[in-house]
Amino acid sequence: MQPVVFPNKILPYLLLAPQIVLTVVFFFWPASQALYQSVLREDPFGLKSGFVGLANFRTILSDPAYLHSLNVTAVFSLATALLSMAVALLLAASADRVVRGRNVYRTLLIWPYAVAPAVAGMLWLFMFNPAMGTFAYLLRRNGFVWDPLLNGNQAMLLVIVAAAWKQISYNFLFFVAGLQAIPKSLIEAASIDGARGTKRFWTIVFPLLAPTTFFLLVVNTVYAFFDTFGIIHAVTGGGPAKATETLVYKVYNDGFVNLDLGGSAAQSVILMVIVVALTAFQFRFVEKRVHYS
Amino acid sequence: MKRFSWTLTATSAFSVFLAADAFAATELGWWHAMTGANNEVVEQLAKEFNESQSAYKVVPVFKGTYPETLNAGIAAFRSKQAPAILQVFDAGSGVMLGAEGAIVPVAEVLQKGGYEFNKDQYLPGIVSYYSKADGTMLSFPYNSSSPILYYNKDAFTKAGLNAEKPPATWPEVFDAAKKIKASGASACGITSTWLTWIQTENFAAWNNVPYGTNENGLAGPNVELKIDAPLFVQHFQSIADLAKDGTFRYGGRTSEAKQLFTSGECAILTESSGGLGDIIKSGVNYGIGQLPYYEGNGPQNTIPGGASLWVFAGKSDDEYKGVAEFFNFLSKTEIQARLHQVSGYLPVTLAAYDETKKSGFYEKNPGRETPIKQMMGKAPTENSKGVRLVNLPQVRDILNEEFEAMLSGQKDAQSALSDGVKKANAAIAAAVSN
Repeated sequence: MQPVVFPNKILPYLLLAPQIVLTVVFFFWPASQALYQSVLREDPFGLKSGFVGLANFRTILSDPAYLHSLNVTAVFSLATALLSMAVALLLAASADRVVRGRNVYRTLLIWPYAVAPAVAGMLWLFMFNPAMGTFAYLLRRNGFVWDPLLNGNQAMLLVIVAAAWKQISYNFLFFVAGLQAIPKSLIEAASIDGARGTKRFWTIVFPLLAPTTFFLLVVNTVYAFFDTFGIIHAVTGGGPAKATETLVYKVYNDGFVNLDLGGSAAQSVILMVIVVALTAFQFRFVEKRVHYS
Repeated sequence: MKRFSWTLTATSAFSVFLAADAFAATELGWWHAMTGANNEVVEQLAKEFNESQSAYKVVPVFKGTYPETLNAGIAAFRSKQAPAILQVFDAGSGVMLGAEGAIVPVAEVLQKGGYEFNKDQYLPGIVSYYSKADGTMLSFPYNSSSPILYYNKDAFTKAGLNAEKPPATWPEVFDAAKKIKASGASACGITSTWLTWIQTENFAAWNNVPYGTNENGLAGPNVELKIDAPLFVQHFQSIADLAKDGTFRYGGRTSEAKQLFTSGECAILTESSGGLGDIIKSGVNYGIGQLPYYEGNGPQNTIPGGASLWVFAGKSDDEYKGVAEFFNFLSKTEIQARLHQVSGYLPVTLAAYDETKKSGFYEKNPGRETPIKQMMGKAPTENSKGVRLVNLPQVRDILNEEFEAMLSGQKDAQSALSDGVKKANAAIAAAVSN
């Protein structure tokens, strides 16, 4: 690769400026505010505040509820990312084989992505709410004890399915594009060698999809960490008994409901560190096993 | 580009025009959390007030649920954009009170407007709840409610119970619930909305046992909860036992359980008097009883729920005058009486209560007087003036988590309540030290 040289010294910076302004306004500025807040203890109205050093961090890290929330987040994020990617891959592989009406299937499968998280949450809540949900009623009538309001595992299952469902479309889109990029000749060659569908998929298609899969893994993890707040807020509100309180939900709850701004800011700083570390880890170790053609 | 600049000019001209219009009357923002029919009442009141005079204009703005409205108000205050009036729910009262310097007591606001605040005009249970320990009225009681018992008359008849006489004590209620479940009259016997507000805060007041130290926080912010006392343990263990076979069903932390009653699934419900509208709409053949109690303890008096209007600090004298005018307008007997009869909330002035009585409203609508009688029946004791914690919303969350653990069978009532008290006390101590 030859280094590109721009003849104009200012133009590149001008072209970059909008993106930089956005990043500064919507990331660096709030992040610095969070850092600053995290070392303060303040009353909700901001009337008096005092510097407390790392006391907020000490309190959080010694709080069993925080460690519990860490655990919940790990289970939730992993399950959501795996479930949505697995289902999307299955659908993409199936849609790839459909000959007639291929575009119709694809378009329909992309629709759920346009649904806002809170709306997606409400949708699932309406189906499975024990008080009014149609499916909840059917489950109960068939003798299944369905009560996500009290049963933490069922509540977790509900938010995972809702969060994964919403992300399937996005993953589907990328998997379909990835599948189209795989040269037909390779698959035909494998067929001639006598490899059947499943074998072809795991030995040829799946490895060649690795860059897409890796990209989606990063995106889905970040999604499960940050963008699922609306779903959890609508479906379980973090309950029952904190069973679905993820780290992001806890930041909101402690900051905006319990009005502990310092503690909440400290949590968001920790969250920031976790996500940076996670992404760095993924790029450093997982990416090594990915082959870009 | 040209069209854009045209639009811009037009827009700015328009906003200048708007500003000129607003210049005539002082605008008073009123942020509230009222939805549905109650929202219409808010709009109607503002409209009537604005038409009754020309110096001030009250502008109501809907800000979401109760907690969301409180948070919006706090955030606005922090960025110096606070409205003049903020509606804050019962549990948020302690938060507002803790913010000296952010609010102006309503008694003071009324004085600024040339009005005298006379606490004898108001229902005593309500006025003491929204006052400082020295009797200074802090916020204006806009909508107050009290928890009552609703029961499904059809299910009572089917189960062979007297449909005209609701059970009065908790043991009687639990018995009735068991009979209903056993007879198959309905799938579940009893449920309750707001376990914290009804089964701990009001339970304590109604049975005249302390919820916490320091007069439940009305005498000072340092409070230790007392809800792990034997009466609470006995009560919650009974509920936990009933939950095992579905005689008691849990609906959620706020008012979700109302749906279990309106759908006919549960035959008995304890819920706010403000929930009456939905129950009437559902067409259930319902009856109203007073909140159950334990013999030898209650009934004392219930404490108000609902919300009150707080006035932010840092406004001009003219604005405070306007707020005083508006509060005076709201206290008028005909307004209060109408508010009570339309919305199902309690009248906050005695005159409005008498007016409603005289009009024969309670004869036509039996049960509508129950919540008032519950609150007015006896002079409040130190256990029953109310509950005020600087972080009551947080304490409610902590307790809700314990109740959920208890109802799903992970804990018994004793350990759920002691754990809840321990965690809540730590949270209160941390919040007070802020």
